[in-house]
Amino acid sequence: AAAVSQVTVRDALNQALDEELERDERVFLLGEEVAQYDGAYKISRGLWKKYGDKRVIDTPISEMGFAGIAVGAAMVWLRPVCEFMTFNFSMQAIDQVINSAAKTCYMSAGSIAVPIVFRGPNGASAGVAAQHSQCFAAWYGHCPGLKVVSPWSSEDAKGLLKASIRDDNPVVMLENELLYGVPFEMSEQAQSKEFVIPIGKAKVERQGTHVTLVSHSRPVGHCLEAATVLAKEGVECEVINLRSIRPMDIETVEASVVKTNHLVTVEGGWPQFGVGAEICARIMEGPAFNYLDAPAVRVTGADVPMPYAKILEDNCIPQVKDIVFAVKKALNI
Amino acid sequence: ASRVMVASRNYGDFASEASFEIKKCDLHRLEEGPSTTAVMTREEGLHYYKTMQTIRRMELKSDQLYKQKIIRGFCHLYDGQEACCVGIEAAIKPTDHVITAYRAHGFTFTRGVPVREILAELTGRKGGCAKGKGGSMHMYTKNFYGGNGIVGAQVPLGAGIALACKYFGKNEVCLALYGDGAANQGQIFETYNMAALWKLPCIFICENNRYGMGTSVERAAASTDYYKRGYFIPGLRVDGMDILCVREAVKFAADYCRAGKGPLVMELQTYRYHGHSMSDPGISYRTREEIQEVRSKSDPITLLKDRMVNNNLASVEELKEIDVAVRKEIEEAAQFATTDPEPPLEELGNHIYFNEPPFEVRGPNQWIKYKSV
Repeated sequence: AAAVSQVTVRDALNQALDEELERDERVFLLGEEVAQYDGAYKISRGLWKKYGDKRVIDTPISEMGFAGIAVGAAMVWLRPVCEFMTFNFSMQAIDQVINSAAKTCYMSAGSIAVPIVFRGPNGASAGVAAQHSQCFAAWYGHCPGLKVVSPWSSEDAKGLLKASIRDDNPVVMLENELLYGVPFEMSEQAQSKEFVIPIGKAKVERQGTHVTLVSHSRPVGHCLEAATVLAKEGVECEVINLRSIRPMDIETVEASVVKTNHLVTVEGGWPQFGVGAEICARIMEGPAFNYLDAPAVRVTGADVPMPYAKILEDNCIPQVKDIVFAVKKALNI
Repeated sequence: ASRVMVASRNYGDFASEASFEIKKCDLHRLEEGPSTTAVMTREEGLHYYKTMQTIRRMELKSDQLYKQKIIRGFCHLYDGQEACCVGIEAAIKPTDHVITAYRAHGFTFTRGVPVREILAELTGRKGGCAKGKGGSMHMYTKNFYGGNGIVGAQVPLGAGIALACKYFGKNEVCLALYGDGAANQGQIFETYNMAALWKLPCIFICENNRYGMGTSVERAAASTDYYKRGYFIPGLRVDGMDILCVREAVKFAADYCRAGKGPLVMELQTYRYHGHSMSDPGISYRTREEIQEVRSKSDPITLLKDRMVNNNLASVEELKEIDVAVRKEIEEAAQFATTDPEPPLEELGNHIYFNEPPFEVRGPNQWIKYKSV
């Protein structure tokens, strides 16, 4: 591979799938349109041509059925990657994800493992309206037995997908459709076939001293933009990319809050019982609470089903200006 | 077969095998069905008898333990249906795969888990086959995937196991069982479609015991021909009270699937003596007369016993001795299940993940933590 390159999230995911399909013959991909259509969002482009019908399987529109089939295959030590065209459709199959996949290792006292990855786009897109815009981070993050990851950059996407496929546990990988076409720098190391990011570790994307911004997925980018805006006013933000929703790396957040004394959480999902709510609760329970100089502030999606009209939709997702405003509220400036 | 001491007959006095005419199966999209003649050796007969009797007595013991409140929660008993699981096991290989729903104790036994581990799992002790963490509906062993609590969910899982069999090119099949109630679940039809499309080596088996909880089949299904519900998938309807019918039908189905012809649907017509679960007396939606009639005319164990005695495969005394031995075994297993300690509290946090470095799990508050390995 060349030295540092610009690679889109889509290509990074494609690379990860290609490499893992090649590395382990037990890995296979199934879902709607993943094979001959090259993937609804072209994530699996070229893979069916390369690996054939056995390894890349087009399914009928039967989420509950094919998710169950994927889990059953995983119980016999195949390593399926089950794609939901969007996670909104995973609701039809959620019983298989939770009751058949997540809980089985525990119920069987460790005798049955379920090494499966459920992946697909999660959360808001652009103009797809209420039934196609829900964020499932809080729903899946709630359940013991699952691992839940939420990549932002191309490095995240590739490293986390490879780690998820190699993990012997059920992993839900929440991608983002609007990020698929976005190019990110990828180091030479990140482009290698053995590049894996540990699940359960957050990354500090930007060092700062005045406030901690914690986020996951696309809003991480907005946080970095907000940090640039705020830097001009002398406020230095530390931006943390959670990368994993479950297990969540609260220690990295705590260490940052101890340093900055201020916390703002940013997510695309709804506020009630969300990722930010969990972060705030855990910060209260831990050593970082005593270092907070102000209550933590949450920036979230608006508490409504997603509307269609652009002006309404734009005001339902956290924008850079909302993050900047929240930081100033936290810092009382 | 173990040597059985018989009071008045010598081992050499019995026939080594006998041939039986069995009921013809109803066929759907099949030109030919299973054989209507079944040969059973004395050895096989004694084994089937002992196995069915063990399951019968194990289930009755579970009933007793439940009423003593030593077993808690859900307990769905299988007595009456013994010919199904024993007939199935007689027709398949240990390397084949089985998955069923929550009325699973019989299959757990036929797939190889000892009675004491089943009972200890029901009583929630550390010697249970899932260390006490699963309970009645979540028992597993090699090539047996439970024990599943969500009605119908096990059927796609079974097709997935069949997909894995085909993927690895093994000559193995998966039997995915469900009840007459579950037969109306949408995900089963999704599974039929994919199994047929991809020619998965999956045998779908509906154990039709006439009632889904308190709802009779007539009140639940627009078509009660469960063996036809796979529509484009060929099907068989089988007398599930006759172990030889079950065995021959499953042999036929396994051969069909192993030949790569795709899935089959099988309906076993059977009956449960108990209610749906221990909290259901089972007489509000059916009559005592009906239950009695099945017991007197179609009991699977009695059917087998009569066949063996009438065809000189065993003596009444010999079978009685097996009964005594079985009762003793069940008593000992129950003794274990009631005296074995509960799992240690440390077990609470274990087995969240598989093959994972140890980590901490939160208890009811932030200061209570359990280690998870």
